[in-house]
Amino acid sequence: MASNPNTYKNQPDERGHFGDYGGRYVAETLMPLVLDLEREYRAAQADPAFHAEFDDLLEHYVGRPSPLYFAERLTEALGGAQVWFKRDELNHTGAHKINNCIGQILLAMRMGKTRIIAETGAGQHGVATATVCARFGLPCVIYMGAEDVRRQSPNVFRMKLLGAEVVPVTSGRGTLKDAMNEGLRDWVANVHDTFYIIGTAAGPHPYPELVRDFQSVIGKEARAQMQDRIGRLPDLLVAAIGGGSNALGLFHPFLDDPDVKMLGVEAAGHGLDGDEHAASLLGGFPGVLHGNKTYLLQDEDGQITEGHSISAGLDYPGIGPEHAWLKDTGRVEYTAITDEEALEAFQLLCRTEGIIPALEPSHAIAAVAKRAKEMPKDSVILANLCGRGDKDIFTVAERLGVEM
Amino acid sequence: MTRLSNAFSKPHPALVCFITAGDGDTAANLDALVEGGADVIELGMPFTDPMADGPAIQNANLRSLGAGTTTADVLRIARKFRERHPNVPLVLMGYANPMIRHGPEWFASAAKEAGVDGVICVDIPPEEDDALGPDLRAAGIAPIRLATPTTDAKRLPQVLEGSDGFLYYVSVAGITGKQQAAQTSIEDAVAKLKAATDLPIAVGFGVRTPEQAGAIAKVADGVVVGSALVELVGEHGSDAPEKLRKLTASLAKAVHSAAKGPRKEDMA
Ligand SMILES: Cc1ncc(COP(=O)(O)O)c(C=O)c1O
Repeated sequence: MASNPNTYKNQPDERGHFGDYGGRYVAETLMPLVLDLEREYRAAQADPAFHAEFDDLLEHYVGRPSPLYFAERLTEALGGAQVWFKRDELNHTGAHKINNCIGQILLAMRMGKTRIIAETGAGQHGVATATVCARFGLPCVIYMGAEDVRRQSPNVFRMKLLGAEVVPVTSGRGTLKDAMNEGLRDWVANVHDTFYIIGTAAGPHPYPELVRDFQSVIGKEARAQMQDRIGRLPDLLVAAIGGGSNALGLFHPFLDDPDVKMLGVEAAGHGLDGDEHAASLLGGFPGVLHGNKTYLLQDEDGQITEGHSISAGLDYPGIGPEHAWLKDTGRVEYTAITDEEALEAFQLLCRTEGIIPALEPSHAIAAVAKRAKEMPKDSVILANLCGRGDKDIFTVAERLGVEM
Repeated sequence: MTRLSNAFSKPHPALVCFITAGDGDTAANLDALVEGGADVIELGMPFTDPMADGPAIQNANLRSLGAGTTTADVLRIARKFRERHPNVPLVLMGYANPMIRHGPEWFASAAKEAGVDGVICVDIPPEEDDALGPDLRAAGIAPIRLATPTTDAKRLPQVLEGSDGFLYYVSVAGITGKQQAAQTSIEDAVAKLKAATDLPIAVGFGVRTPEQAGAIAKVADGVVVGSALVELVGEHGSDAPEKLRKLTASLAKAVHSAAKGPRKEDMA
């Protein structure tokens, strides 16, 4: 498998496999396109001008580096480990998603593509995609499950303001996986001019790799900031997982630091004992969907089951293939947090730190709350605050029985 | 000779008919296709996420799964078909996940035992052949690959390597359904494919009418019709067999009366 057994950073192999996972399980029509994309990505990686443009946009348009913040009152309230946050919710558009969109739209333009499509769940990736399309003057179509259009109406309006066409998807149960199916159907029918900006570290190779690379700015900055602020690396990294992009972005630059433990947090919805959750790693089995082999929520016959989470950004029935590999190797630990626990953590952060988090990182915060209490006061937890909660206040109000 | 090679050695081009397993009375519908003159049957395995299919076949998948169809049911339908029609080739078509859920070796041997002749897996390209291809070959089942308008000359040999049974030419870059390819582009594509392989070439995606099927049969070894048949199943319930028999008969008449296209060895 790995040519250097001492590193976790040399995945995927040249065929896009992370151990047994990943790969390019796509229809023949798309195969030449994903090969093209890989070729173009390799060229971009070797091109200093590409990196310079990416870095410049991240700095001046997205607002990077994002701050590293010591959450003093939350730490006090929990009474254990010091809790630090990587503040990616302060990025332009309010989540980590834009890091990846900047990288992919630069690739799209290198490839001469003139039309952009994307899928979105919470709407954060849709908003980020619509944003970069407006910035570079490219037309953009966003596929969004009809149920998510309802749950995330503020983001739908933002996408429209930015000039995107939002297509509600009614097939299946009308959530993120169905939107991704529709994105793939559009792509296969418009291969000549269209670039598909996938929003998480999943899909056919090279998407999981390139999304991870673009998001790794989170972990690279955090590593340097930690060294700078406290002169050492954190003991534990924590991040929420939908498809896994913000978590990989934080984790990847630390994978070869043996003293840094890592915890990925899936959505347990109403609980892992029933069917109403979105924990592909903890409650799923390996299989093939959306171009890659990975852990999936599925039944005995390989039919995909729908995930559930209070957070629209986490209820995807799959997960990026690198996480599947990191789970099997044991390098990263995975846990799950219920809707109720996430709601509590959401409110806890509002009141202790004056930060309204998105429901996705609220899952990470809930896991932090549990772990911090069990860790000594001189230990350090770094969690990814990957999105802000403006988009979620309606959902939260409804769950708390508040009328707005 | 295998059942598939027999079907493509008839004096006329082959009509290949697709319907989704577990959508309506599949046994009766399959019999109607055979009575109408289908030379090869493609039986769709339902999947929750049929990414390469348009609304007609998506809906057929949902109807089938809604009725509770399992992989065991699909294999049972295949086995019973084989008992009733010992000589008509039967190909399973579907997506990777249901096929590999219990391991590729399990699926290959279960399909063999059910009398299946070939398998078309939409989302296993040659690059991922290991996921299913070796087990199919070991079981004596033809892995049938797809070539598309985006499969260029450089890539084609890789697609052909390890293909068996026939080559399925997807005539449009798109999903199954109503979009149609121009006849001239099909003629060009089939000529290029024939220059590269001895495998029979069947053309599908967007073929709905006897006129189209007849025109394609002039250049190809087979014509695949799916969505138009699947729509009849969806619309006519228990009356579907009669409607299927009629449409298949008119398609078969058009396809079977077309002169057989030239083979590579004829052109050499
Ligand atoms: C704020 C936020 N966090 C996390 C996610 C989950 O995605 P990923 O696991 O790829 O970071 C989303 C997805 O929409 C999101 O909007």
